This record gives sequence, structure tokens and C-alpha cells, in this order.
Amino acid sequence: MTLPMSDLQALFPELALLGLLFVVLVVDLIWRPGRRLGWWTAIGLVVVLALSLTQALPGEGRTIWGGMLRHDGYGFVFRMLFLVGALVTTLLAMDVKDLGDKGAFYLLLLTSTLGMMLMAMANNIIMVFLAVETASIPLYVMAAFYPKDKASTEAGFKYMLFGALASAVLVYGLTLLYGLTGATDFAAVVEALQAATRPVWMTMAAVLLLVLAGFAFKVSAVPFHFWAPDVYTGAPTPIAAYLSTASKAAGFAVLLRFVLAALPVSALPWWGAFLAAMAAATMTVANFLALAQRNLKRLLAYSSIAHAGYILIGVVAASHLGVTAAVFYLVVYLLTNLVAFGVIVALESAGGTSEIRSLAGLYKRSPLLALFLMTAFLSLAGVPPFSGFVAKVWVFVAAVEAGLIWLAVVGVLNAIVGLYYYLVVLKWAYVYDTPEEEMARPVVVPKVQAVVLGVLSVLIVVMGLVFAPWFAWGEWAARALVGG
Amino acid sequence: MSPLTILIFLPIVVGGVFLIFPRMKDQTVKVLALLTGLIAFLISGWIYLSYDLQAGGYQFVHRVPWLPALGIEYHVGVDGMSAPLVLLTGVVIFTGVLVSWNMPRIREFFGLLFILATGVFGVFASLDLFTLFFFYEIAVFPMYLLIVIWGWKKTREYAGMKLTLYLFVGSVLALVGALAMVFQAREQLGYLTFNLLELEKVAFPVAFQKIWFPVVFFGFAVLGGIFPVHNWSPDGHVAAPTAVSMFHAGVLMKLGAFAALRLGIMLMPEGAKFHLPWIIFLTLVNVVYGAFIASVQQDFKYVIGFSSVSHMGLVLMGFATLNYHGFLGAGIQMFSHGVMTALFFAVVGMVYDRAHTRHIPSLGGFVKKLPWAAVAFIIGGLTSMGMPGFSGFVAEFPIFMGVWRYEPWIAIVAVVSIVVTASYVLRVAWRVFFGELKSEYQDVPPLLIYDKIALIVLCAFLIGIGWFPRLMTPWVHVGTEYVLALLK
Repeated sequence: MTLPMSDLQALFPELALLGLLFVVLVVDLIWRPGRRLGWWTAIGLVVVLALSLTQALPGEGRTIWGGMLRHDGYGFVFRMLFLVGALVTTLLAMDVKDLGDKGAFYLLLLTSTLGMMLMAMANNIIMVFLAVETASIPLYVMAAFYPKDKASTEAGFKYMLFGALASAVLVYGLTLLYGLTGATDFAAVVEALQAATRPVWMTMAAVLLLVLAGFAFKVSAVPFHFWAPDVYTGAPTPIAAYLSTASKAAGFAVLLRFVLAALPVSALPWWGAFLAAMAAATMTVANFLALAQRNLKRLLAYSSIAHAGYILIGVVAASHLGVTAAVFYLVVYLLTNLVAFGVIVALESAGGTSEIRSLAGLYKRSPLLALFLMTAFLSLAGVPPFSGFVAKVWVFVAAVEAGLIWLAVVGVLNAIVGLYYYLVVLKWAYVYDTPEEEMARPVVVPKVQAVVLGVLSVLIVVMGLVFAPWFAWGEWAARALVGG
Repeated sequence: MSPLTILIFLPIVVGGVFLIFPRMKDQTVKVLALLTGLIAFLISGWIYLSYDLQAGGYQFVHRVPWLPALGIEYHVGVDGMSAPLVLLTGVVIFTGVLVSWNMPRIREFFGLLFILATGVFGVFASLDLFTLFFFYEIAVFPMYLLIVIWGWKKTREYAGMKLTLYLFVGSVLALVGALAMVFQAREQLGYLTFNLLELEKVAFPVAFQKIWFPVVFFGFAVLGGIFPVHNWSPDGHVAAPTAVSMFHAGVLMKLGAFAALRLGIMLMPEGAKFHLPWIIFLTLVNVVYGAFIASVQQDFKYVIGFSSVSHMGLVLMGFATLNYHGFLGAGIQMFSHGVMTALFFAVVGMVYDRAHTRHIPSLGGFVKKLPWAAVAFIIGGLTSMGMPGFSGFVAEFPIFMGVWRYEPWIAIVAVVSIVVTASYVLRVAWRVFFGELKSEYQDVPPLLIYDKIALIVLCAFLIGIGWFPRLMTPWVHVGTEYVLALLK
């Protein structure tokens, strides 16, 4: 098999990222630049991003690398999103002690990103598994990045155990699917399923449940969400940020493609109802658990589970609009949650903790950080003019279009619960004071973090006001998957 | 660019600037805020006066495609119903700035207040469903923060959250109803549109309207203070700082009533005809029960809070009659009550800032110290009793006419509220402003010039419309005709 040039070009972002990985590795080995390695990584990522956008734009979707991967608008949007996620995480982590000055961190981050990008393109069940593992294994190590910190070690260990189990379940489901169809390629799987002469729904049900369990772990949907709060809380904060955004988006990228391209929804009549129930449960359980949290990272963990539920609404709708809404939501969510975690990173680098209580007096001690926090949390709550509002509206529009009015109602009621706990956090930052002497001491945020948070906050507002171009990206992605 | 768009976005731009620049000096903030308030007031007044009554319909229309893929536009314009409300918002934002001269953390205060103002202007002018919800929800978070940061320490956290959740629940359920309408319309039109003017022309199936009308109507009527989901309102008004109470009772409650009319009655007339005959009883409870509860309050601010519930009941009752006089009166009442209640809350705030209590029996004799406030309160009081010569009369008379035409005994029961209102207004005026001035209040500072200007502006509207109903009736008449045409 020879590889045509166009296949190499399609894979340009991944190859460039691989190159960057190599550069970072060599630079780290030779010069030991410490914190400055962050700049190498960040600038490298910007270059990769810029070159990918100009050089590797897909046209019509086509399979490459012998059918293993698919080069289309859908995968491309996600690949760019992961690069942005990695870029922001790098910049946020740079000034974090014992993390940003370690070369290993950047290497693991880039490797994981590479895996996620392959997840978004995977068009073959073997590739799905390989990509998921490439993305996950570095994440386990990253969660346990502080070897002397018990919480971090525990987080990494827990994440690995749960992750390994989820992978095992996933691979078991994929094996069954292979046994059923004799094919690994998505298109061939669909063909084989449609050509099946005898009813296969029993086996299909097993396949779906097992595969769904595997993916639900990645996106932290109920009831496979238990790992998230502990891992987010224990892991170094920038890594929690990355886990809750890029990793979740990657899970959705592969889930959506798998559900829509490899398994005709008509294969099982109750499949949609099952996913819908999962979406409803995910939103409801997570939002109510979030109400009781005292720690910001734990709160954000439950909030991120809840958001997985909102995004699942788009998956359930499984229409052009549904996929568009889900992709749009993921883009907005990635940016917003990075800001939310970024504020905690900034607080921690200024000597604070991630307890909600430590936000008291923030409006005076750092008005800008308080403003970033407000932007992120109100966007998460789905309040205009922040982009979280339109993201939620599109998801609900997709649900109503698909005739799932009950799911939209569950969604909006959950949005109310969400609004409650997001507002409580803002109350701490804006209403309560700390003792005098502490009030007078400003929170000093490292410059890089302040600039990154500022840029993202502006982006959150801009996307909430001018949403047509981003929506068009979502539509582009959706066209590649469901046509229309 | 349409002056309406400038009016809508001016406040949020200024508010955003306030929030983004933490080092701005208080004096700069005040000057900028005053200027912005004044400009908003003038633009809204200019829009009101240059609305062409002969031409009618929607004017100052501004349309920009927002998301063509879903048929969503930024689409604004005013008609006879909304023009007075836009003016009202202008009046209240201007006077609200004037009475907030000495607030702590004033930069953030005005920042959030202006963002709130943008939300309100936007809803009144929206001609697109999405645009309407977008602006409606913008009003949610500034309101919460304004109450919990600057409100009355005792209840602000409870009342602020209660109010926010009530309003959010109502609006998101209405959102689902609105989406159901959009997709129902798509089946009939063949394309997706959020344009209110096009949706008005769609005859939704009667069964559909019967299901969705209550969802949409109540979703918004919550903010209009309808019984039994009214009790966020007195708590919220009392907990809020003065300017926010003014905004809240003066403008936001109209936002609810207006949106219930715009999306509920105007888009689903058959649903309205089916459901309003029982909803009118809820509004009757509002009117009478609100007045009685107001009359037994010991807290100055709660009196006004419950009187708002009673007066807003009249607005919704006017809508529920579905006849010309009902709509006409309700339209004027929205403006009249807005100005009147803003005036009341301004006066309450002035007294409270000096006496540090709102307990009515502990006050007294304030006419000697704050003669301007006393006169203003009496003018507001006469308006709220529906005295001829004040705008309350111009508003309430047609409402009662409409209700009488609809069902005389409802009007008879509702009229009780006027008597009760007179009794509590007179009692409060007497106990707070007349009688003996207690020794601890001998040295309270006089009103600022800004306070006086605010009172004059507000009183001028109450008396002006009372004497010259022609300053408002023709506008609302045009708006009412438009609504009635849809109900045919």
C-alpha cells in the first residue's frame, strides 16, 4: 500500500504535532529550559494551528490511511478545538510550580492531544480503541503529576483504574461488534448490519450498552461519572481544566461519529430513548449533587457532568441541528470551562485555595479576576450576552425540533438548578468580605494567565453576540456526519 | 443606525466599560452615568414623541440578520403599546441614577444597572422571539447581583435568589413554549422563522394554543406578579436598593406583563380566549388581596411592594377582558404605575437613608425635614388612589369600564381595592410625614439637588398625563387597535 501525498497532507496537523513533540523533547533534554519550555510548546502549537487552518482544510469528506481515518469537516473542527485546548492549558500551567517547569508535562500534554485528534478522525473500530488509549494513558500520568501530593496520586490512580475498566468494557463491546459483522471499518459495519438476515438485536443491545459505557466514562455521563469529582479535585488544576474540556470533547467527538456513522440509529428502536434517559439523568443527578459542594473544583466537576448531559441532548436529537448544537456547545464549553478553571489556577498561584470560601473579597482584591469568574460562570449558567446562553438555546431548539419537548423541559429546569449554584459562587466573589488586612492585599495574577483569561473572556462574549460564523462551523461539522 | 438600537446598546456599552475598568474614579463614573441616563431619557422621549400616530404599526424598525440558518434576526421596533414603555424605562433609568448618588461601590452599581437597562429596552422593542429572550435573560444576572450586593442586609440573599429563580423558571418554560410555536409555525409556513410579525399571522391549531398558551402566559406573568406566583415581588422590592426597587417595580413587572401580552395573547388569541376567563379571577385576587395585605404592613417599603401587586393585577385584569377599554387602560396603567411606583420607592429610599428604619410607627413628622419628599409622596398617593387629575385615573377608569363590560360583578369586587388603597395611602402619608418629628430625626440631612430633580421629573409625568390624557392615550389607542385586530 502506498500513501498518496494527499493523505500526508490531510494528516498534516498530527504530523506537525508529532514534530513539535520531538522538538520539545529535544529542547528539554539539551537545555532544560524549565518554565520557558511552555513558550516553546505554546508557540509551536500556535504555528501548528495556523498552518493546519491554511494547509489541511478538508473539502469533501474522504477516508485516508487505508480507511483507518476520515478527513472531514467534523473531525477538523474537533482537531482544531483540541489544539486550542492544549494551547490554553499550556499557557495556564506555565507559571504553576512543579508543573510548568517540568518538561514531562508538556510531552504528556501533546501526546494526549495527538490521541484526541486521532479520536476525532477515527473511522475504524480498531483505530477508535488505539486513539482512545493514546489520549488516555498520558492523562492518567498527568492526573498523578504531583508524586508527593496524596490527593494527586490518588486522583491518578483512581482515574487509571476506572479508565482501564472503561477501556476493557469498550474493547469488549467493539469485539462483539466485530464478531457480529466481521468488519472493522465503520461503513462496512453499517453495511453488514443492514444486510443481516436474522435478527441480531440481542447482541446489538449488548454491543451498544458496552460501547456506550466506555464512551460515557470518557464524557463523564451518569452513571459513569464517579471518577470525575475526585480526579478533578486531586489533579493539578490546569490538568483538571484540560480533562474537563478537551478530554470530554474528544469523548463526544468519537461518540457522535460512532453513533451516527457506525450504528444506524434505526438498528434498535429504543436506542434513542435510552440515550435520552441518560441525558436527563446526567443533567439532573449532577446538578443536584453540585448544590452541596464547598470546593470550586468539585463544583466544576459536577457542573461539567451536567454539561455533558446538555450536550447529550444534541446527540439524542441526532439531526443536522442536533449535531450542530452539540459541536457549538462543545466549543463554547471548552473556552468557558478553561476560564473557570483558569481563575482557580490564578487564585492558587496567588496563594489561595480552591475552596469557594477563599473567593471572598475577590471583587476588591482582584476586580479583573472577579470579572473573569463572572463571565465564565454566567456563561456556564447559560445567561446572555455570554455564549453559554446561545449554546443552550440551540440544544433546546434541536430537542424541540426532534419532538423531544419533555427532554427540553428537563433541560431548562436543570438550567435553573445550575443558575442557583453558579450564582452562589458569584455571591462569594462579589458580596462577602474577608478580614480587613486581607482585603487590602491584592491578588496578584501572573501576567500570562491574566492575558489568556482576558482574551478568552472577550471571546466568550463575542461568541455570544456574533454567533453565526461559529454556528456555520458547527453546521460544517454536522454536514460531514449527517448530511443536510 | 436606528435610534432605537442606539438606545438599547448605549447602556450596556457604558455599563461594560464601568465593569472592565476597575481603576475608574468615582467622580468620573457618576458624571458618565448621569450623562448616559440623561441621553437615554432624551432618546426615549424623542422616540416616543416622533412616533407617527397616523401611520401606526411598528416604527424605528431595525433588522439585521443574526443567524440566517435558523431564521433568527436582530429585529426591533416600537408600536403604540411599547413606545410608552420605552419612555418609562428612559425615565426610570435617569431618575434611578439621580437617586443613587451616594451608593458604595458605585462603579459596579451603575455598571450592572445599565446592563439591566439594556435588557429592558431590548425586550420592549423586540420583534423577534430570539431577540426577546436574549434581552429578557440579560436582565436576570444584574438584578441578582444588584440586590445581593447593595440590598437590605437582612433579606437580600434570600430575596435576591428567590426573585431570580422565579423569573428564570418562568422565562425558560416560556422559552420551551416559544420554541414549540416556532416549529409548529414551520409546519404551516414551510420555513423556520422567529419573526414575531410573521408568527402573528400564523393561525396555530386551537388544540395547540390551548396547551401552550398557559405555559407562555404564566411564564411571563410571573414577572408581572400574577397570583399565586407573586410573592417574589414584595420580598424582592423590599430587599433591593432604592434605584433597583424603582427599576424593578417600575419597569421589570411591566416587562412580564408586556411579554405575556406580546407572546401569549397576541400570538395565541384562541388560547387566550379559552384560558383568560379563569385567569381573570387570579388577577382579581391580585387586585383585592394585594390591597388588603398592603394595608396591614408595618414596613413602609412592604406597603409599596404589595400595592404594586395590587396595581399590576389591574394591568393583567385589563388584558384578560380582551376588549378595547381593558387593553387601553392596561397600556396606560403600565406607564402610570411604573412612574408612580418609582416615585414611591424613591421617597421610601430617601426617608430610609435618613431614618435608618422603615417601621411606620417609629417614623413621623418628616414633612418638616423633607417637604419635597412629602409632596411627592402625596402626589404618588393620589395617583395610586385613581384621583382625577393624576395619571392613575386616566389608566384605571378605562380598565374598570372594560371589566364592567366584561362582567359587572368583577368590576364591583375590584373597586373595593380603590377604597382600601385610599385608606392605606392616607394612613402611611399621615404616619410618616405628619404628626410629631421625633428628636432623633431632628438633624437628618436635607435632600440632594439630584433627589429633587428626580422627584420633579416623576411627578411631572403623573400630573401631566392626569391633566392631558392626550399625551398618552392616542399612543396606547394605536397599540390597542393593533392587538384587537389580531384577536378578531
